[in-house]
Amino acid sequence: MARAVSTQRKTITTAVAWLLGLMMFFPILWIAILSLKTEGDAIRAPIEVLSSVWTFESFGAVQQRSDYLKHFTNSVVISFGSTFLGLLIAIPAAWAMAFVPGKRTKDVLMWMLSTKMLPPVGVLVPIYLIFRDAELLDTRVGLVFVLMMINLPIIIWMLYTYFREIPGEILEAARMDGASLREEVFFVLMPMAIPGMASTVLLNVILAWNEAFWTLNLTAADAAPLTAFIASYSSPEGLFYAKLSAASIMAIAPILIMGWFSQKQLVRGLTFGAVK
Amino acid sequence: MGRIVLEKVSKSFGETEVIPALDLTIDDGEFCVFVGPSGCGKSTLLRLIAGLEDVTNGQILIDGEDATSVPPAKRGLAMVFQSYALYPHMSVRKNIAFPLRMAKFDKAEQDKRVAQAAEVLNLTDYLDRRPGQLSGGQRQRVAIGRAIVREPAAFLFDEPLSNLDAALRVGMRLEISELHKRLTTTMVYVTHDQVEAMTMADKIVVLRAGNIEQVGSPLELYRTPRNLFVAGFIGSPKMNFVNGSIAAKHNAATIGIRPEHVSVSSDAGDWPGKVGVSEHLGSDTFFHVTCEGIADPITVRVGGEVDLHYGDTVFLTPASDHMHKFDDKGLRIE
Amino acid sequence: MATQHSRAAARMMISPAVLLLLCWMLIPLGLTIYFSFLRFNLIMPSGNEMVIGVFGHGLRVPGPEDFSGWENFYWFITDPSFQAAIINTLVLVGGVLLITVIGGILFALLLDQPMWGQGIVRILVIAPFFVMPTVSGLVWKNMFMNPVNGIFAHLAIGLGMEPFDFFSQAPLASIIWIVSWQWLPFATLILLTALQSLDQEQLEAAEMDGANWINRFFFVMLPHLARAITVVILIQTIFLLSIFAEILVTTNGGPGTATTNLTYLIYVSSLLQFDVGMGSAGGVIAIILANIVAIFLMRMIGKNLDA
Repeated sequence: MARAVSTQRKTITTAVAWLLGLMMFFPILWIAILSLKTEGDAIRAPIEVLSSVWTFESFGAVQQRSDYLKHFTNSVVISFGSTFLGLLIAIPAAWAMAFVPGKRTKDVLMWMLSTKMLPPVGVLVPIYLIFRDAELLDTRVGLVFVLMMINLPIIIWMLYTYFREIPGEILEAARMDGASLREEVFFVLMPMAIPGMASTVLLNVILAWNEAFWTLNLTAADAAPLTAFIASYSSPEGLFYAKLSAASIMAIAPILIMGWFSQKQLVRGLTFGAVK
Repeated sequence: MGRIVLEKVSKSFGETEVIPALDLTIDDGEFCVFVGPSGCGKSTLLRLIAGLEDVTNGQILIDGEDATSVPPAKRGLAMVFQSYALYPHMSVRKNIAFPLRMAKFDKAEQDKRVAQAAEVLNLTDYLDRRPGQLSGGQRQRVAIGRAIVREPAAFLFDEPLSNLDAALRVGMRLEISELHKRLTTTMVYVTHDQVEAMTMADKIVVLRAGNIEQVGSPLELYRTPRNLFVAGFIGSPKMNFVNGSIAAKHNAATIGIRPEHVSVSSDAGDWPGKVGVSEHLGSDTFFHVTCEGIADPITVRVGGEVDLHYGDTVFLTPASDHMHKFDDKGLRIE
Repeated sequence: MATQHSRAAARMMISPAVLLLLCWMLIPLGLTIYFSFLRFNLIMPSGNEMVIGVFGHGLRVPGPEDFSGWENFYWFITDPSFQAAIINTLVLVGGVLLITVIGGILFALLLDQPMWGQGIVRILVIAPFFVMPTVSGLVWKNMFMNPVNGIFAHLAIGLGMEPFDFFSQAPLASIIWIVSWQWLPFATLILLTALQSLDQEQLEAAEMDGANWINRFFFVMLPHLARAITVVILIQTIFLLSIFAEILVTTNGGPGTATTNLTYLIYVSSLLQFDVGMGSAGGVIAIILANIVAIFLMRMIGKNLDA
């Protein structure tokens, strides 16, 4: 039951929480500010930074320094591509486990989750060599495939938990009504599972967008997504704070917004249901 | 047409046999009710007929043709589920039209049949609503609507009224009975409620632990229950059972007498006893009477109001022509 | 609901996922193990190459002639940088866990209190989790910890102190700091979710029983959170063992091996020194380490699936 809390106590809690919240958020806020400054102003003391002129020039400079839009497109293609490809494979699998459970369903699901726990570095060498010899290094196709594979267990797991909330009787009704398996999935299951599928897509796009082991190791220039593009600022030339800030803000803004919408799904997706 | 014949049908889940081999014939146009306590296999039996489960052994014939391994959609049966199983993302119209859409009927025919079904079921005003916006009774009617548009060989009902409140249940019971009279299509109806079974059925199949205990019309079951289980299950309030020496006097291990077949007197009768709790329904009064030499209190039905109170001494007399006798195996003695 | 039809359909529907994951797991894993027993250097081919036909091109790897037994493991383990990497990995994982779990509990308790603008504070706290690792690494390194232009340096000068050079004087601690900033939101979010599922009546009952705030925390809240804390620890450990991008963009594992963790060491030996055999031996060790954690995690997930 909600209890009346003294205004004084609420005020103190609010003040402390906001202070800590702003501290956590400050680095993001700070790069947002720096991105709107000139390179010369961006390295000055914080107070001087705030009082200096505001400008959008860094955003243009980022595109000129190296083709920002290309990397942004790569990120979009790779994260959405891998998620939708994963969905294509995961929907039938989740259907099978949720609605036709057998004795081994749980074991299969657990095994699928366990593949997610394989450390990427343990298979870095073979994947790298396979990619080299199959000429998949620095290609979007290759990255879409790898990211699809590493997120597939999470996609299957999330869809499975959402599908399980749909009563089996409705699918049986569809079967009685003469729907084929394909019609059952497309006309009944998928429309009912839209919210769950949307959350699954959201979380997995975020995970793929921020994935920085495979994207750094398997790309060079052509297929490099934003993670790799930003990494190129680790060996900088000249003044680069404003440009780095602008590039970073553009790289994280879309995902921050998506992330705020998917807080709840984050818990469901990343804890595999161990916390509810 | 809709004659359903089960021949030596049995069902096991792994090692556990839920339905031992049974034979049953449901005639065309019949209203057949499967009744029994929960876990008796009545729903499983219905799902076997529907094709939602495989039979382990035996054959299911629908209109003389072997349907044992025909998928559910091709059996020409329609089913109304306990949860109604409406498609929440579709309007009532689309729900009802769904089987027609699956069967690739043209749009005009779909509209015509949906309109007809809506008319019959009083749903015309609700066609554009979603199931979530309907009351329990209306959802039930949509589920029935979805079943009737296909003009199936038979309807299967899986405890369709159990999610409704008591008042609605009586209304829907009448509506379904009336629908049956009008369509004269075979209906197979599963319920755990013997009142539903008695009021609706042409033929009742009483099940216990997967076995058929008795098949017959409601009155046959009421008048001549084949064993103690059926005797106790059919009829409300329950039949009274008396064992021991009193039963032995009638050459039986157990005698059964329904509450409505016991007369009460304050001065003379066969079984003296004391009045316990009484339940006043207005039209009837039920007395629970503890009698000497009888283990359980005897329930007695008396028409109207009778001036008897807790602790009064009364004398009960069973009507001998309505007395049921059972042997030590619980089977009826004729 | 299962007929032979539906069961057959289910098998068909699940097989693409199972086959893909099986290949994804077995082929690279098998190759890693195979390579770990080979003398295999990318720039010094031994001449014994064979081709494994995986794709049209085939995969060129040394044949069994280059078998080297446990040599790779021996050299990898006895290498001083391995010992350093193991210690760094443990310190990194342990340090981040300590900060995020304790910080997460405190944040969760705070965010569970009534306040104005709770939703916004929550968003502010969670935001760092959605920042890509390369961005957070570079932003902290340059805008905050840089000894000349970083905010911390400016602050130190403003207070009349000597600026602190984070990455040369406390490189590992700096990385722990950055990674903790990224993962604190995750711990907070999960612990907050768990805290909100705590039955308020339990707390009120404890209050009626005379438990003060501290007692309520230790005897009611903490036991309720125990499970969520374990999950946070296990899942974070899995991810933290693989920290890579943050190190790559800030210190490159240095100075020396001061910030080289196991993942980074394997990356260095296989892709920078081209010693695939050695890198694979390291990979096998990393897999074994991760599996020890994964077993506990899978057990917890499995228990929850039954419930």
